[in-house]
Amino acid sequence: MRITVNVDGTSYTDEVEPRQLLVHYLRERLGKVGTVVGCDTSNCGACTVHLDGHSVKSCSVLAVQADGCEVTTIEGIARDGKLHPVQQAFHDNHALQCGFCTPGMIMQSIDLLADNPDPDEQAVREGIEGNLCRCTGYQNIVRAVRDAAHHMRPGAGPEAERVEDGSGLRAPSSIGGGE
Amino acid sequence: MTSTIEPEVGRSRLRKEDERLITGRTRWTDNLTLPGMLHLAVLRSPFAHARITSIDVSEAKTKPGVVDVFTGADFADEQGSLPCAWPITEDQKAPDAPALAVDTVNFAGEAVAVVVARSDYEAHDALEAIEVDYEDLPVVLDMEEAIKDGADLVHSALSTNTSATWIFDSSEAGTGGEVEAAIADSEVVITRKFRQQRLIPAFMEPRSVVVDPTGGQFTMWSATQIPHILRLMLAMTLGVPEHKVRVIAPDVGGGFGGKLQVTPEEVIAFLAARRLGRPVKFTESRSESLLSAHHGRDQIQHLTLSAKRDGTITGLKVELLADMGAYLRLVSPGVPILGAFMFNSIYKIPAYRFVCTNVFTNKVPTDAYRGAGRPEATFAIERMMDELAAELGVDPLELREKNWIKHEEFPYTTVAGLTYDSGDYEAATAKAKELFDYDGLRHEQAERRERKDPVQLGIGISTFTEMCGLAPSRVLGSLSYGAGGWEHAAVRMLPTGKVEVVTGSSPHGQGHETAWSQIIADQLGVPFEDIEVLHGDTQSSHKGMDTYGSRSLTVGAIAAVKAAEKVVTKARPIAAHMLECAEDDLEFAGGKFTVRGTESSTTIQDVALAVFAAHDLPDGVEPSLDSEATFDPENFSFPHGTHLCATEVDTETGRVTVRSYVCVDDIGKVINPMIVEGQVHGGLAQGIAQALFEEAVHDEGGTLTTGTFADYLLPSAADLPSFTTDRTETPSTSNPLGVKGVGEAGTIASTPAVVNAVVDALRPYGVHDVEMPMTPMRVWQAIRTGQADAGGVGAESGGGLGSIDASSGGAQ
Repeated sequence: MRITVNVDGTSYTDEVEPRQLLVHYLRERLGKVGTVVGCDTSNCGACTVHLDGHSVKSCSVLAVQADGCEVTTIEGIARDGKLHPVQQAFHDNHALQCGFCTPGMIMQSIDLLADNPDPDEQAVREGIEGNLCRCTGYQNIVRAVRDAAHHMRPGAGPEAERVEDGSGLRAPSSIGGGE
Repeated sequence: MTSTIEPEVGRSRLRKEDERLITGRTRWTDNLTLPGMLHLAVLRSPFAHARITSIDVSEAKTKPGVVDVFTGADFADEQGSLPCAWPITEDQKAPDAPALAVDTVNFAGEAVAVVVARSDYEAHDALEAIEVDYEDLPVVLDMEEAIKDGADLVHSALSTNTSATWIFDSSEAGTGGEVEAAIADSEVVITRKFRQQRLIPAFMEPRSVVVDPTGGQFTMWSATQIPHILRLMLAMTLGVPEHKVRVIAPDVGGGFGGKLQVTPEEVIAFLAARRLGRPVKFTESRSESLLSAHHGRDQIQHLTLSAKRDGTITGLKVELLADMGAYLRLVSPGVPILGAFMFNSIYKIPAYRFVCTNVFTNKVPTDAYRGAGRPEATFAIERMMDELAAELGVDPLELREKNWIKHEEFPYTTVAGLTYDSGDYEAATAKAKELFDYDGLRHEQAERRERKDPVQLGIGISTFTEMCGLAPSRVLGSLSYGAGGWEHAAVRMLPTGKVEVVTGSSPHGQGHETAWSQIIADQLGVPFEDIEVLHGDTQSSHKGMDTYGSRSLTVGAIAAVKAAEKVVTKARPIAAHMLECAEDDLEFAGGKFTVRGTESSTTIQDVALAVFAAHDLPDGVEPSLDSEATFDPENFSFPHGTHLCATEVDTETGRVTVRSYVCVDDIGKVINPMIVEGQVHGGLAQGIAQALFEEAVHDEGGTLTTGTFADYLLPSAADLPSFTTDRTETPSTSNPLGVKGVGEAGTIASTPAVVNAVVDALRPYGVHDVEMPMTPMRVWQAIRTGQADAGGVGAESGGGLGSIDASSGGAQ
């Protein structure tokens, strides 16, 4: 089947098998290997991307279902060489270790913050519960999402300027260490 | 240019690794595509034990895109047996472990045939066209049944299901007394049976391997923790010349011991690529991973702890059954043996006997999983300490304090024969108690008991130590481990003054690139940013023992320190020549050689450039500012800590909620506090998951019924609390940095803390144990059983505290 999909701002028209999953289309046809596969039951969320602005697990969407849609992957969220605030917050808060769940976790977190720009700890925990991480115990992920929310809060704009001290050192958390 | 004087070690440097990981530019093995690459898919046995009577692959070979199909018979002459590097006894039974089953299958999920095709979809399509006929064989699943006379056999050729029996006895070793006599003379004796359920490491990145056979040189990319060991084992197992094999572990998405293996799939992909002369990739699905990658834990533990009425421990006897699954894998026989040295934990125990029987069953093999043997041991002794405290009616923390090694008693040689170099259990415990509000929570617990609150509060304690830095090669030799424990590193000064650090330790999320940069920045006085850390490729880091057992920092980073010291030593005569002074007059600090008492100086970067040019070097000096070193410590390191957990247990539904968790770990000198905190968090999550959520379950036919993430319950963010972590610091004396290792601490300590907390909450209900994972059903049933045992109060009482007065001890 012929599909036309806009991925990360570029339009692609391709012949795909009806059964091909979106994640495989992204990885194998388009070379968008930033989106990864962690399970085959849509439990882990590692393959999360945005389909027309909402997070989906791309292992449970057929490529043909994305026909005519806009897809955003982890490779499409940085702008003008500048990290998305959620990406930056994951780095600043040591919200990743092996990093395999990270693209999906970041994509889910962006969607979460679009729905709820100021989530409390519990709201973040519930908002990312479809994304599994085996390394971090989630605490720093929760911290990162709330840190990103702080930087993206209304008025600051989605591409809020971040204040960098340039030291490459972890700044004291603005939301309290103990959570 | 030299760096600032402020030390890098001890700073929470943001990780160098993160940029590629947060932007999706990561080099996962499955991201790799090579010219002409083929895809391999594996047909797996649906039966736990069966004879293969026929395999017909003729139709599969005709399917679209299929290049070839292989069975065990095709590789029988060349696949050898998957290696086991740890024969724990001379008479250990070890069956052949073919990568592809030849005539029998011994666990559900064992590889039976493989298809190699143009695409992954086509390879999987063709699997369905392979016809296999099986003849049932009796299935052996239960360890206690398996060791009985006349039991059905996993491997009939072995005539037994026992692989090996390994014994440590303190009276024979000369490290303590005779345990039976100690028990007979004691005033209090506690015996308990615990089950360490079977767990699955469940790294997030499924295993993946690509083998390129181009030009007779085999390059293997693999999601492995052990590129160096893997290369060696491929050479020894398959007879391929070692120098013709290069193994690369690119970015690796978690391991937790689960990628400390030579996997069947790595061997099969290698053989297929060699046979076809083309690159071959295999990437497992999650279901395949849960089904066929090795599992962990799975022990039945019988313990006897004896004491005086005042709480002084007099003896400890441990009898283990350890489930090996169907085959021995790389280090599986030794995993429970590592625990042998930790059952005594931080306590002064005068007599100790440990007997472990390794048992074959028709299940996927077990092997190392985060902590490997030490979580099992720590769980058992910490549960026993609580049981003894309950029996004596004393506070469990006071009982521990009475028996632990005091700060002033270090170094201390334990009844298991290890010498703990340093530690301060008092300091860690005092800090944890304060952060936890121990006394306040005990008060609240009493109130809840008093008012018969249906939601009871439990307080769980776990004080622990572990042996890290596997290492000392002579000790590993005495345990029949098949390799040494040293680690290798190199430090290379480049002409521009930048530095390459090569480490034999091969990370999978631990942040080596950042931590090693910090360490070497201090050693050489060069900026953090000017250092690149190379790892995970047997061509660039040509020697190594890889990453497991919290050995990277305690052994691997010390090798890098030694190499850096050699670089400075090599630079010294050159700097003296440049500064026209005697070598003895030079001081080196902050990257600068200074003539003592003068302003005259040069930097190590200037020396590097001078060495490159080599126009004017002292006579006889080699134009090189590179160096390498190997470190093999004299002793293990012994991190320790005190973990306190408060759980709320709903006695009407059995639901357990972790309300607060405090841990104070002493891991010696800390390189990067941020990374340490993150590793502790992750470890806690895994240990709590063992207590509450995770278990690999098989049905009566040996089929894994927890074969997806829908059934095997990894905790999500909503299942866990935030943790309060802190540290005390008593530097290790077994290495010059004073580091101890942290990767396993959280997992080791947290499981008993949570179980102790739940049992503590339920003691008034006559509950003395809840089997892991403590699901709501198990907790609810334990309450009912406990109440019935305590005098028939209650199955109908709806969770009231009717039995509280009938229970014995424990209510402090």
